[in-house]
Amino acid sequence: MAQEDSNVIDQPEVLRHKMVSIEISGKKYEVPEGITVIKALWHTGQEVVRGAGCLGGFCGACATYYRTKDDPKVRTCLACQMAVEDGMSFTIMPPFPARKALYDIQSLKDPKQDLFNLYPEAPLCRNCNACTEACPQKIDVREGVWKAVFGDFKSVSEMFMDCVMCGMCTPVCIADIAPNLVALYVSRAQGAHFTEKPLGLDIRIKEIQDGRFNDEWNKVLAMSEQQLADHCATVK
Amino acid sequence: MDIHALQQIVHQTRDARRKQTIPKFSPADRDQLIHKYHPDYRASAYRPIRFGPNADDQTVVELAALLEGDSSIPEHIDLTPHYTTDVLVVGGGGAGCAAALHAHATGAKVILATKLRLGDSNSVMAQGGMQISVAPEDSPVTHFLDTLKGGHMQNDHELLKVMVEEGPSIAKWLIELGVLFDRQADGNLHVKKGGGSSKPRLLTCSDYTGLEIMRVLKDEVLNQKIQLLEFCAAVELLSDENGQCTGAIFKDLDNHRHVVVAAKSVILATGGIGRLHIQGFPTSNHYGATGDGLCLSYRMGAKLDHIDTFQYHPSGAVYPEQLIGALVTEGIRSEGGHLVNAKGERFVNELDTRDVVSSSIIRECEEGRGIRTMSGRIGVWLDTPLLDAEHGPGTVEKHFPAMMMQFERFGIDISKDPVLIYPTLHYQNGGVKIDANSETNVKNLFVAGEASGGLHGRNRLMGNSLLDLMVFGKRSGLTAASRALSMPQGKLTVNHLQQFRAEAKKHGNSSGVISPMILPAYTRKEAERTATK
Ligand SMILES: Cc1cc2nc3c(=O)[nH]c(=O)nc-3n(C[C@H](O)[C@H](O)[C@H](O)COP(=O)(O)OP(=O)(O)OC[C@H]3O[C@@H](n4cnc5c(N)ncnc54)[C@H](O)[C@@H]3O)c2cc1C
Ligand code: SF4
Ligand code: SF4
Ligand code: FES
Repeated sequence: MAQEDSNVIDQPEVLRHKMVSIEISGKKYEVPEGITVIKALWHTGQEVVRGAGCLGGFCGACATYYRTKDDPKVRTCLACQMAVEDGMSFTIMPPFPARKALYDIQSLKDPKQDLFNLYPEAPLCRNCNACTEACPQKIDVREGVWKAVFGDFKSVSEMFMDCVMCGMCTPVCIADIAPNLVALYVSRAQGAHFTEKPLGLDIRIKEIQDGRFNDEWNKVLAMSEQQLADHCATVK
Repeated sequence: MDIHALQQIVHQTRDARRKQTIPKFSPADRDQLIHKYHPDYRASAYRPIRFGPNADDQTVVELAALLEGDSSIPEHIDLTPHYTTDVLVVGGGGAGCAAALHAHATGAKVILATKLRLGDSNSVMAQGGMQISVAPEDSPVTHFLDTLKGGHMQNDHELLKVMVEEGPSIAKWLIELGVLFDRQADGNLHVKKGGGSSKPRLLTCSDYTGLEIMRVLKDEVLNQKIQLLEFCAAVELLSDENGQCTGAIFKDLDNHRHVVVAAKSVILATGGIGRLHIQGFPTSNHYGATGDGLCLSYRMGAKLDHIDTFQYHPSGAVYPEQLIGALVTEGIRSEGGHLVNAKGERFVNELDTRDVVSSSIIRECEEGRGIRTMSGRIGVWLDTPLLDAEHGPGTVEKHFPAMMMQFERFGIDISKDPVLIYPTLHYQNGGVKIDANSETNVKNLFVAGEASGGLHGRNRLMGNSLLDLMVFGKRSGLTAASRALSMPQGKLTVNHLQQFRAEAKKHGNSSGVISPMILPAYTRKEAERTATK
């Protein structure tokens, strides 16, 4: 895809040279110990388009299922934030066709009630806790779903501040709930409807409209470069 | 020595350091420091661009090669459009989403095309916050002056005034969409102090400001049913017989087909260049930060501004290996975290501007006061446990949950152990030159966000980028949409390419690379594999 030949990501001199055996989507490969799961994909010659986004643990594009040596438990991780280890086996999660409700957040009349129209499956949670176990951000997702249903929107918005929308809580849900989408709706409703309006902000907007800073602007914008530099130096 | 042993000096010197105040550099000392140590002044990394709108201007060799690169599009290509729209937005980060939403709100037809998924961008990673002068003791004029000072007085005054004045109404817009900014007890917006700012002015959503804004904007783009083309990378723009912009050609990354979009105007919101790894630096940027918008605009004849200056964020992670280049938020320094060298000494006022702090870290390391990891990297300490010592146990965890989690995954507790950092390639200070409506000198070609240039001068102040995205995303969207109502769709040609190629030929041909780059070449090739075995 690109033309650069120098691969700055895994400069050989900075890698510990111990190699480990891993399995990617069922195939065995040898890669340097400790590199991230995404780098292991590159290392084994795979082009990554779907499955990588921010590379910083924020976008959720790299949702991955993995298992460590001899452990039956399949876990989840963000591939850009997880180091490989010997005997590890992993597969990047494909996109999951969850249903997102459409709404006009500002014109909602009764957001706590509207939740049940938009996501009628939300109250059908069967408490299996699979969503919580699947969350790589360690959010108590199950608890969040219940809090949403009981109208505690504030707690939900706080609990899901870490949510990277990787969607790993969704395919595991036996009640076909997409907890992250429910939480997103709830958080937006919390922000738009149940949070105090910041008065200072309105005052500042009005001050600007009324030209309260015009004199100061005129003074500053009329300055020569030198005057402006001197003036800036006085701002502490 | 292992990292743990090396760390001890930070713990031992903490109490003594707490009593110290480190003055900021005088203007003369600061200039001297920057000229000696800042990567922007490493002459060997630069060369003049041979041809095009910025012929003879200096930039880094990595970017020069791409700007002089050739298009992947042949001159005789079928340009029958697959889609037709009023406004075509390219890029799904903050600037792209804001542009699309505002254009759509006027009733214009909008298509948003992006290289990866909607939101896979630098914008989701912004942790530090967004500068808006909302505090009573602050003002847009002070915001203007701080930014100017940080930008070495090189900022475009008109763009800057627009940004600082529209800031508060942007905050209102975001709050109405449901963005959860941190609040004070009285319900007003909580503001933090950022590096280089004279007043507390950073609006935050814990340390997830960009993520929170992007979750909301993405959701809104979907709610508004704006047409999306995901995994579509713009590879060329289209022009009419007068050289005005009339659309773009994309490469669908799933099936490798070309997609032609006819548009009355195009807004490029393609973001930055970190993945070019300028001068070999690691980067904090997302996978697709390859400067595509610069190449596309340049071939159309758009002039670039300040493309010789880049921001190296002072605190990129150096250890553990897996986090190389990842950002350690400036918030840590805003809350009083010290930078400490191998001798246990502070060496710079931690809240000085980024270029100053980065230069001084490079100085410490080049003069032998850095800390070397076992894998051969070098850096200085950022004393994170100090925050708990100063403000009470649990402070780090409460204020920086994202960062706690990032390091915890590798078994490091940053509230107990300091982190090792070194400057990381972070931001493109310059970009495509725009006017106050975000339009370039090519008619109907708009550029918004990090891809644009002029606003930030030679050094962007922390937190000003998120505001830039929202303000100029909005302005580009509104201007493009209002114009669309009163104009016909122009012809679709690649005439500008013919001209660009002729110009290249005159100057000894293109650089030999195909641009834009689209994604960095991290996939190892067979030859390399055998070589390292
Ligand atoms: C780790 C990190 C932390 C930061 N913290 C802060 C902060 O606290 N405060 C602040 O103000 N700023 C911060 N910044 C800077 C700020 O986040 C970015 O400058 C800003 O997000 C850029 O927004 P954008 O919309 O211009 O580009 P991006 O958000 O990067 O979006 C660009 C989009 O364009 C797409 N794209 C690129 N090329 C093409 C192509 N050829 N075709 C189609 N689509 C394409 C990309 O896939 C992406 O979706 C930070 C940056 C980083 C990397
Ligand atoms: S709540 Fe769901 S979408 Fe959000 S981070 Fe956890 S698993 Fe991913
Ligand atoms: S997975 Fe579904 S059913 Fe199970 S706890 Fe979570 S939301 Fe409830
Ligand atoms: S690539 Fe964004 S979270 Fe991993």
